[in-house]
Amino acid sequence: MSHAAAPAVQHGDNYINHTPGIKSWLGTLDHKRIGMMYLFTIMIFFLLGGIFALGIRLELFSPGLQYMTQDTYNRFFTYHGAIMVFMVIIPLIPAAIGNFVLPMMLGAKDVAFPRWNLFSYYIYICGALLASSTLFLKGVDTGWTFYTPYSIRSSSSATYVLLGAFIMGFSSILTGLNFIVTIHKLRAPGLHWDRLPLFVWALYATSVIQVLATPVLAITLLLLVLERTLGIGIFDPKLGGDPVLFQHFFWFYSHPAVYIMVLPGMGVISEIIPVFSRKPIFGYKAIAAATFGIALVSFIVWGHHLFVSGQSEFANMVFSLITMFVAIPTGVKVFGWVATMYKGSLRFNTPLLYVFGFLFVFTIGGLTGVFLATIAIDVHLTDTYFVIAHFHYVMVGGTIMAFLGGLHYWFPKFSGKMYHETPAKIGAFFVMVGFNVTFFPQFIVGVLGMPRRYADYLPQFTVYNRISTIGSWILAVGFIVTAWNLWRSLKNGEKAGDNPWGGLTLEWQTASPPPFENFLYDPVVTEGPYEYRGDKVYLGKNA
Amino acid sequence: MIRLLLGLFEMNKNALAATVPVAATDVAVSWDNLYWFLVYISLFFFVGIILAMIIFAVKYRKDVHKKPKYIHGHTGLEIVWTVIPTFLVLWIFWWGWVVYKDMIHAPADAMEVHVVGKQWLWQFVYKNGTSSIGDLYVPVNKPVKLIMSSEDVIHSMFIPNFRVKQDVVPGMYTSVWFETKIPGIHQIFCTEYCGTSHSGMLGRVIALTPDQWRDWVSGKKIDVDSLPADPTYPGFRSNHLGEGMPASQGTLTTGLSLAEKGKALTQSKGCVACHSVDGSRLVGPSYKGIFGEDVKLEGGKVVKVDENYIRRSIENPQAEIVEGYPPSMPVYKGLVTEEEIIAITEYIKSLK
Repeated sequence: MSHAAAPAVQHGDNYINHTPGIKSWLGTLDHKRIGMMYLFTIMIFFLLGGIFALGIRLELFSPGLQYMTQDTYNRFFTYHGAIMVFMVIIPLIPAAIGNFVLPMMLGAKDVAFPRWNLFSYYIYICGALLASSTLFLKGVDTGWTFYTPYSIRSSSSATYVLLGAFIMGFSSILTGLNFIVTIHKLRAPGLHWDRLPLFVWALYATSVIQVLATPVLAITLLLLVLERTLGIGIFDPKLGGDPVLFQHFFWFYSHPAVYIMVLPGMGVISEIIPVFSRKPIFGYKAIAAATFGIALVSFIVWGHHLFVSGQSEFANMVFSLITMFVAIPTGVKVFGWVATMYKGSLRFNTPLLYVFGFLFVFTIGGLTGVFLATIAIDVHLTDTYFVIAHFHYVMVGGTIMAFLGGLHYWFPKFSGKMYHETPAKIGAFFVMVGFNVTFFPQFIVGVLGMPRRYADYLPQFTVYNRISTIGSWILAVGFIVTAWNLWRSLKNGEKAGDNPWGGLTLEWQTASPPPFENFLYDPVVTEGPYEYRGDKVYLGKNA
Repeated sequence: MIRLLLGLFEMNKNALAATVPVAATDVAVSWDNLYWFLVYISLFFFVGIILAMIIFAVKYRKDVHKKPKYIHGHTGLEIVWTVIPTFLVLWIFWWGWVVYKDMIHAPADAMEVHVVGKQWLWQFVYKNGTSSIGDLYVPVNKPVKLIMSSEDVIHSMFIPNFRVKQDVVPGMYTSVWFETKIPGIHQIFCTEYCGTSHSGMLGRVIALTPDQWRDWVSGKKIDVDSLPADPTYPGFRSNHLGEGMPASQGTLTTGLSLAEKGKALTQSKGCVACHSVDGSRLVGPSYKGIFGEDVKLEGGKVVKVDENYIRRSIENPQAEIVEGYPPSMPVYKGLVTEEEIIAITEYIKSLK
């Protein structure tokens, strides 16, 4: 991006060893340390959510009940969903990678409000611990969607999970607000809006959704807590309330939240492709605009979750029509990414392999989204395993693959070490195969009619469930290999150097790991983020 | 060679057909047409995108293509891949809407059956006063409309062979309709999570031939085990799964039709003291001829008298007072059961 940025190499001093001791980490205001703290915390919850997922798949290996009672199974899928959505995928890329990378991409020393940043981390911890504490109480069995009136009557500890999610919402709002202000106020000289890296655009759009939509979830969850504790009668039909109103409130947040989960992943993909193709991104403005197009449309499509809820025919028509328009900007992005590779000079490092995986899987996720947007088709498919497969193709196939790609891409920047390439590729291979083996059969069994949230199923569904369960083990192996490799690389990885990939964005123009305030000299930006000119040779010994 | 290819195609077609439930209604057939259209168009885009990716990956890998080309985009191409998908999704939306309208608008002559969802069973209540649990008895080749409500939490009525699904919500009525062409068993699933035994809350549509239907209506017991199995799930013949509440197979006849029960209820609960059944004006509006009509409320709003309006007027009468009448009816919420509301509604319907 900029050649004016002076490489910052003051020997030895970096954000990791700047101040010693665990206390200096827990009280740090450094966005890089906070990002890493988020990363490790979220990975713990990812492991926990993953264990629940393996439990679900194990129980579904055969029809009938083998290892769990129905109530246990219902708790397993509730925890899997709630943990993965609220504690993992929503904060994953923005709060962990974004926290670290965003200010550096802007050429800033930190985010605009470092204290808020740390505060939001502790809010997240409080909410997550409160929600998880129910594991030792009566558990929760409402499903992560908390549909009323079941969630009102459920004798489980749902109240604490609701309060936990309510609290975590504030963390999300604060992070979003912090990022918006940071992007507006702390850009380096010369970093005009049309020179912003696409990851920054993605985080910007995400932050806008976080700030605008999360309060709606917060008040909805609070109303449900009041309904459970005081019986205020807003959602409970026995008291004259409307249970479907809850679904409207819930999805008014939770549909935009889908884009909170996937837009940052798209941003990561937009960073990796140009660097590993050595080419400017194809249609920069179109991709940036598509990001905002998706964010905008995301607010007015919630009703497509309610096609069979008893919502009016007219509302169904309008929501189906608007939902179709999500496909357009999404298509623009996918086509742009593929076109970026055209006449590039591709380097098959692990981040690019994850991009290939992302494109493969996300395209399926996106196209099956069109099935569900089509009202008549949705009537048969909704609340079956088809929907489960669809959103895992988007959330896991999209967000988690992009996250893993980004994690490998920025690993040398985070740690100063290069990860071991071969085991990383083996891990990526297992993730890709395991993912598809797990979730593809779910499309078919869903079309055949297997409903979601079933502890037990008809014998006709067995073969699909078996394949899916075996896939979950392959996927687990992929995650374990990847985690083990990255952990090992932290200890004995080669020194990465400042810019191992030859990246042009600002975070690569300083030391790895970066010094305390990121840059020793204030960087100045003179051109766009992906100006790879074919005749020039770029740094990057690893790519 | 050609024969071999055709043979493979046939095999493939059968294999593909096995990935969707058997289509037992006309709506299911039009659903299938749209579904396969979506599958093929998705395959087209998927293969195109992935093929381009693979070709670029092979052709432009670093080893053989050292000097990347300095390209920022191509406006024409970007317009093409924005505009073509736009028209395509609009077309898909329209097709989906057309099929959906057939799916939800029951023919006027549809046979009505009331459904009550409860944790964790389905209860079906017929006009003649019969009710059955777990099994829904219907004639083939006749449209059937289900008018559904729930006694506790939200359930969802899903019949894969008919491609219909509708949430069953406490406090309101929703409906689905179908006209099955295949006699025998069709599986019902509950598809809205409803607690412990959600996965056990199955049911069966028992579609009877005209002869069998006459037998059933006249009170003869039908030997369900001898009927054809569900063509999508052959080998599974039950209306519940695992533990949970066992569902009764038979039918219970009480001797009174729903409308007759309703009539008795309107007398025992005192409704007819204020609501006449002959069109004359008492304290409240007469029941006669009111069903299906539009009435004007205090405040000017006009509502259609349907199942939902009658239900609301029983449970919470003050909310929607008909213009010109005093707001004097007491609240009956909690004092009448689901089945009683159904019976009263059927009685009002019968007063043409």
